Amino acid sequence: MKCWVGIDLGSTTTKALVVDDTGAVLGRGITNSRSNYDVACEIARNEAFLDARFTLFARALERHTDLAAHAGLLIESVRLAFRSEQHLYLLSELEAQCRAFAAELADPRRAKAALDEIFEGMREVAASLFEPGTKPRSDFFRDIAGSQYMSLAEGVAETTKLPFETLLGVYDKSILAVESHVPASSLQDLIERALEVALGSYRISDALKADLRSAVQGVVEMQLVETQTVGTGYGRARLPFRKEFIRSEILCHGLGAHALFPGTRTVLDIGGQDTKAIQVDGRGVVTSFQMNDRCAAGCGRYLGYIADEMNLGLHELGPMAMCSRRPVRINSTCTVFAGAELRDRLAMGQRREDILAGLHRAIMLRAMSLISRSGGVHEEFTFTGGVAKNEAAVSALRQLVEESFGERTINISPDSIYTGALGAALFAVREEFAEAGAVSMAAGGPA
Amino acid sequence: MKANIVKEASMQRQKDMIAAHFELLARAHETGRKVVYTFVPGNLTELMLAFDTLPVHPEINALQAGMRKQSAGYIAEAERAGHSEDVCTYVKCDIGMMMKGNIGPTGQKLPEPDLLLLSYTGCFTFMKWFELLREQYECPVAMLHVPYQSTGRAEPAMIEYVVKQLRTEVIPKLEAVTGKAFDEDLLRTLLGNSVLAEDDLVHVLESAKHRPSPIDAYFGGVYYIGPLFTAFRGTPEAVEYYRMLREEVDARQAQGLGPITPEGPIDDERFRIVVEGPPNWTHFREFWKMFYDERAVIVASTYTKVGGVYDRGFRHDPERPLETLAEYCLGCYTNLDLATRVEMIVGYIEDYDADGFLINSIKSCNSFSAGQLVMLRAIEERTGRPGCFIETDLVDPRYFSASNIKNRLESYFQMLAQKQTGHEPVEAAS
Repeated sequence: MKCWVGIDLGSTTTKALVVDDTGAVLGRGITNSRSNYDVACEIARNEAFLDARFTLFARALERHTDLAAHAGLLIESVRLAFRSEQHLYLLSELEAQCRAFAAELADPRRAKAALDEIFEGMREVAASLFEPGTKPRSDFFRDIAGSQYMSLAEGVAETTKLPFETLLGVYDKSILAVESHVPASSLQDLIERALEVALGSYRISDALKADLRSAVQGVVEMQLVETQTVGTGYGRARLPFRKEFIRSEILCHGLGAHALFPGTRTVLDIGGQDTKAIQVDGRGVVTSFQMNDRCAAGCGRYLGYIADEMNLGLHELGPMAMCSRRPVRINSTCTVFAGAELRDRLAMGQRREDILAGLHRAIMLRAMSLISRSGGVHEEFTFTGGVAKNEAAVSALRQLVEESFGERTINISPDSIYTGALGAALFAVREEFAEAGAVSMAAGGPA
Repeated sequence: MKANIVKEASMQRQKDMIAAHFELLARAHETGRKVVYTFVPGNLTELMLAFDTLPVHPEINALQAGMRKQSAGYIAEAERAGHSEDVCTYVKCDIGMMMKGNIGPTGQKLPEPDLLLLSYTGCFTFMKWFELLREQYECPVAMLHVPYQSTGRAEPAMIEYVVKQLRTEVIPKLEAVTGKAFDEDLLRTLLGNSVLAEDDLVHVLESAKHRPSPIDAYFGGVYYIGPLFTAFRGTPEAVEYYRMLREEVDARQAQGLGPITPEGPIDDERFRIVVEGPPNWTHFREFWKMFYDERAVIVASTYTKVGGVYDRGFRHDPERPLETLAEYCLGCYTNLDLATRVEMIVGYIEDYDADGFLINSIKSCNSFSAGQLVMLRAIEERTGRPGCFIETDLVDPRYFSASNIKNRLESYFQMLAQKQTGHEPVEAAS
C-alpha cells in the first residue's frame, strides 16, 4: 500500500504522520527530539508506521461482519497491551544499560544490589501503567521511567549507602543510550503477543479468534511503501531530502489546520522555541504570518522550564493553573528570569495555582500581540502545537481572543501537536501528484 | 554556482575613487586640507567641496568596520567606556574605532576633524554623537537643524529656515575654518555635476522595473549609491562613474541578464521584493545569500534613498544653490513622515511589480524602526501583497541570528511560491 509521510522536527518533540492517497491519517508517532534529530526522526517514523498498522487493523475488523461490533474495544485493548509490551521492552533495555554502567563503578556489588531493587520496583509498577482508564504522566518513556527511577533511587540510596548522585548518573547515561537506539524490528512479536494478551480477557469463539489472528497477520505482513516524505520544523535542514521536499512549518501548520478545520482563517501555533500567528485563505494557503523575533520568551519551552522549577510534570501545569481563584499578574515572560520570578512570588506567599494561572496568561498575551500583528482574528481560529493541549493556556487564549476580537469559533484538535506533520504529509501527497503531472507533461501528456 | 565572479568596470572605478579619497585624508594634515566630519542623510557635499574640504562620514566607517568584522571589537570598546547596550551601534562602533586609534577602513589613520558639520535629518542621535566627538576633538560644530516633514511636504517656511541657517551658521563656520570666501559660482558648477549623476542613478535604479531586473536594488544598490551619497557628489569623477554604471546596466538589460551576486548572476529571477530599512552589515554576504539562493531579487529599497530621494523627481537645482540644498536635506528618507514612507513603498510595489516586501527592522535604530509595524499593516492592506518582518542590527553582530532569519525568509519565500503556483492543496478525507 502506498503511503505518504510528514515529519515535523520540532525543538522539543519530533512528530511523524502517515497518510493514504486520499490524505486520510493512518498513523502518528511522537518522540523527544533530544540532540539527535536523525534518531528522533527514525523513532517517530517507526512509531507512526506502527500506529498505521493499528488503523489498518481497525479497518480490517470493521469490514468483518461479526467482529465489527467489537472493533473499537478490541483495538483499544490490543493497543494498550502493545504499549505495555513496548514499555517492558524498553525497561529491559534500560536495565541492561544501567547494569553495564554500574559494573564499572567503584563498588559494583553494592551498585548491583541497588539496581536490583530499583528495577524490581519499576517492573511492579509497569504492569498497572497501561490498564484501561489510566492516564500516563507523560507520553514519553524517558519521563515515565525517569520519575519512577528517581523516587525509587532516593530510598535505595539510603539503604545501600550509595550516593544518590551516583545512581542518577547511571540513569542519565543509560537513558541516552536507550533513547538513541532504534529498536530492531520486533513488531510482529510484540503485536502478536499483545493480541494474545487482549484475547485472554475476551470471550469469543475460536473461529472468530482465528479470524482475528489472520487479520493481524494480514496487517503485519502488508507492505507499507513510503512513497514520498516531506519534512518541516526546526530540524528540517537535517533531513536527507531534496529541497523541494522540505517545507517551512508556517506552511505546514496552515495547511494542517485547514485540513482539520476547513473553516480556519487564523492559526496560532505555540511551539518549543517559536510562536507563529498565521492567516490562511479558504484553501489553506498562507496569506501572512508573524513569528516571535530574536527572543523565545513565552514559547513552549517556558512551560517546560516552569514545570522543572516546580518539580511538576508538564501535563500537570494546566490542571493546577485551572484551580486558581485569583490569578497573579505576571509581566515577565523571560524564560531565563522565570525561575527568579517564580521563587520571588512563592516567597511573597502567593499560591502556586495563582502564579501558574498568571504565567499562562502572560504567555498568551505575548501570542496575542503576534496575532494582532498578523492581522487579527476575524473568522474561525485554530490553535495548534503542543501547548494547545494545556487547558489553562486554552482558557487564557479564549478569554483574550474574546476581549480583543469578540466572540469567535476556536478550534482545538486532540491531535493538535501533529498539525505541522499533517500539513507536511499533505504536501507530500501533493508533491507526488505534481511530479507525476510534470513527468506526464514532459512525455507529451497523457495518451 | 561557484566562482563565476563578475567584476564590472564600474566596481573597480568606485574602489579606486574611495582609495584615492582615503589617501587624501591620510595626507590631509601635511597638504593642509581641512577635514569635515558629517553624516550621509542631508550631507552638504557640494558646499563642503566648494570650500575644498575633505569629508569624512562616520556612519560609512562604521558600516565598513561591520563588513570587515571589526565592529564587534569597537562596540565592546565603547561599552567598556560606559556606553549602553541599547545605544545606536554606528555610534558605538565609531567611538570604539576612535578609541583604538581611528584607523579607517583602508588601514590608514583618519585625520582629526577641523569641523563637525551636523546636519541632522530625522535622527536625533546624530546630535548626541557629535557632542561626543566634539568633546574628544575639541573642534567647532556647525549645526544645521532640518525640520521634520510631518506633513509630507517641505513647506516654504521650512526651506527658508534651513537656508537662513546655511547663511548664518554653516557657511560662516566653513569660511572661518578654511580661511576661504564662499564661492557661489563654484557651488553652482558642482551642483550642475550632481544633476548629471543623479539622473544616471535614477536610471539605474529604475532599470529594476524591467523583467528580469538587471540589478539588485538593495544588495547591489548599496554599492551604486556609494559615490553619490558620500564624498563625491558634485565631482566630475562621480559623473563619470554613473555614466559607466548606466552603460553597464543598460547592456545587461539589453541582453536580458539578471543581477550580479557574489556567486554569479541570477538570470532566472523567481521573486521580486521591495525592502524597507538598512541592511545588516556584519553578515552582509550571508544575508544576501538567503535571497539569491532563492533567486529573490530586490527591485526597490528605501535604504538607497537615505542620502537623497531622487526617484520622486527631486534634482539639485544650480539656479537656486542654497534653496536646493535645503530642499535636499528636508527630503531625505529618514526625514519623511510615516504616511509618505508608506506611499513610497506602495508605489514601489506597484511600479516595480513586486511579489511582496520585507521590513528589516534595526534593533538599535529607532529613527528607522519606530512605526514599521504600522507601516507593514498599511502596506499589506493597500497592495494586497504580503510583507515579511525580521529584526537585525546595523553593525552589532550579536543581533544577527542567522538561523531565525533564514527560517523566516524561507517560510516567506515558500508562501510566495505557494501563491504563485496557486496549487489546490490536497484535502484530508478525515
